[in-house]
Amino acid sequence: MAGTIAEAVLSAHSGGDSRAGDIVIASVDFCMSQDGTSTMMIRELESLGFSAPKTANGMAVVIDHNSPCPSVDVARIHSRIRKFTADHSIPLFDVGEGVCHQLVPESGKALPGDLVVGADSHTCTYGALNACSTGLGSADVAAAAFTGKLWFKVPGTYSMIVDGMIPERVSAKDLILRVIGKVTADGATYKSVEFSGHGIDTLNMDGRFTVANMAVEMGAKFCPFGFDDKTAEWLSSRGLGTGTPVVSGEDAVFEEKMEFDASDLVPQVARPHSVDNVVDVSSLKGTEVNQAFLGTCTNGRLSDLESAARLLKNRRVKRDVRMIVAPASRDVLMRAMDGGVVSALLKSGAVFVAPGCGPCVGTHAGVPSDGENVISTANRNFKGRMGNNKDVGIYLASPQTVAASALTGEITDPREV
Amino acid sequence: MKLSGKAHRFTPNDDINTDYIISGRYKFKIDDMNELAKHVMEDIDPAFAREVKPGDFIVAGRNFGCGSSREQAPRALKAAGVSAVIAKSFARIFYRSSFNVGLPLIECDTDWIDEGESLIVDLGSGEVSAPSSGKKAEFSPIPPTMQTLLDDGGLIPHIKKHGGFALDLGGTDRR
Repeated sequence: MAGTIAEAVLSAHSGGDSRAGDIVIASVDFCMSQDGTSTMMIRELESLGFSAPKTANGMAVVIDHNSPCPSVDVARIHSRIRKFTADHSIPLFDVGEGVCHQLVPESGKALPGDLVVGADSHTCTYGALNACSTGLGSADVAAAAFTGKLWFKVPGTYSMIVDGMIPERVSAKDLILRVIGKVTADGATYKSVEFSGHGIDTLNMDGRFTVANMAVEMGAKFCPFGFDDKTAEWLSSRGLGTGTPVVSGEDAVFEEKMEFDASDLVPQVARPHSVDNVVDVSSLKGTEVNQAFLGTCTNGRLSDLESAARLLKNRRVKRDVRMIVAPASRDVLMRAMDGGVVSALLKSGAVFVAPGCGPCVGTHAGVPSDGENVISTANRNFKGRMGNNKDVGIYLASPQTVAASALTGEITDPREV
Repeated sequence: MKLSGKAHRFTPNDDINTDYIISGRYKFKIDDMNELAKHVMEDIDPAFAREVKPGDFIVAGRNFGCGSSREQAPRALKAAGVSAVIAKSFARIFYRSSFNVGLPLIECDTDWIDEGESLIVDLGSGEVSAPSSGKKAEFSPIPPTMQTLLDDGGLIPHIKKHGGFALDLGGTDRR
């Protein structure tokens, strides 16, 4: 079996030799939902008379979007989730464990060659581990849990070749913002996107998670990376197996090939209110920043916190700028404590909130005021996204650009501080 | 089957994401779709939820429903009385979820449709028309997989009816 990674994985899970355009019913290895999408899934599963998941490696529910709980209404939703997971012996990652898209990989539920679905659009993140994973609605995830299977149209694949190496103080976030700016918000709709080339080979795993995470922002379904020593090392250092690594075969047919040069990449920023509204950081010089947010399933990993800490160490966040940090998981937070990263960030004036989604989705932990600007490492800058739609501008950037902007109080090129 | 109602258009026209359809301010704390329906499209048109009538259509440009996977988006639109969304194209997750919950999506050129215009959508013949102006457009046939789900009342009713998936795998679905 060969073809693209998407073709190989969907073929292996449906017992055939499938090619782009085919519709298959594939066995699903693992499925997941979070606190914003679980109640609809639970209602559907209960109406089906669900007892236990039929997916090969089971399922999990993560309370991360409103965590810890901000209100009575949400508390009742969380109670419902806790009761359902307890009744059916389903693993629950409760308040403070972290973001679903960090916890699923950390717990070994998305391994190379796996097919994973989740009721969260950024489920494509696990592509960094050579898996095919995608976000779906709650009914689709309920169907996967109940039957162990799901129907898929085998997607065509775009090949993104990244030559050169990303320069100092520029990062994977800048690369993916650059790509989305070029491809646009619907330019890869339904496609599987495979990144390769020297710029990807030299990227650490945290950077690969960042790139795969944002593939959905150009509409993509999967974003499977190749399997290499870095993938193997990330898995083995956590005591996880290597799954069934999949390569894109020599006969793989790509619908489109795009080339990028990482060596001349400069820091990128997505301006309000769309993710593909991307410019070089220099063109926004002087734009006032009221809040800086470091975290999320895009950029809340250890390398992200380390990059920001390197810039902020022994310096002070500008007065009147709120610098909020939400580590992607308890494990990330503990590693950051051991390495002195937490202390460097705290001393600089940053405030930590619980591992989880933090203020990304606008329900708690950092809602901006009217007319304010936020520079954020998140993946979405839609109007109202952070809980206030009154002239709030959300600018998406790398951890380094967020840290540099927190220091100066205006959007700042991290190579200049 | 024919659907009829008024067209509702928005700014922006393209890339209307699911945050705009139902904001996180509401969807995380309200679990009743009829309550959520009171807030649909609020961030880009605060009057919409009050003005929409049963049977009405949402009309948009490209990439409708992009962003978050929240199934509250198609469910709340349906609860608000929207009978179909007519757009030039749809984002992938929203596309699947809409058919999963029984909300038809119509893909065709929409530039010719004016705000407030009365429309008739003929799901059988694949035509959208505006009787007052005489303008019309054909839409791409609903793929067989999605049509089966729609006919069965959605994905979960489909599974209940057939005890699993009973889909035509020879079709030419796009997602």
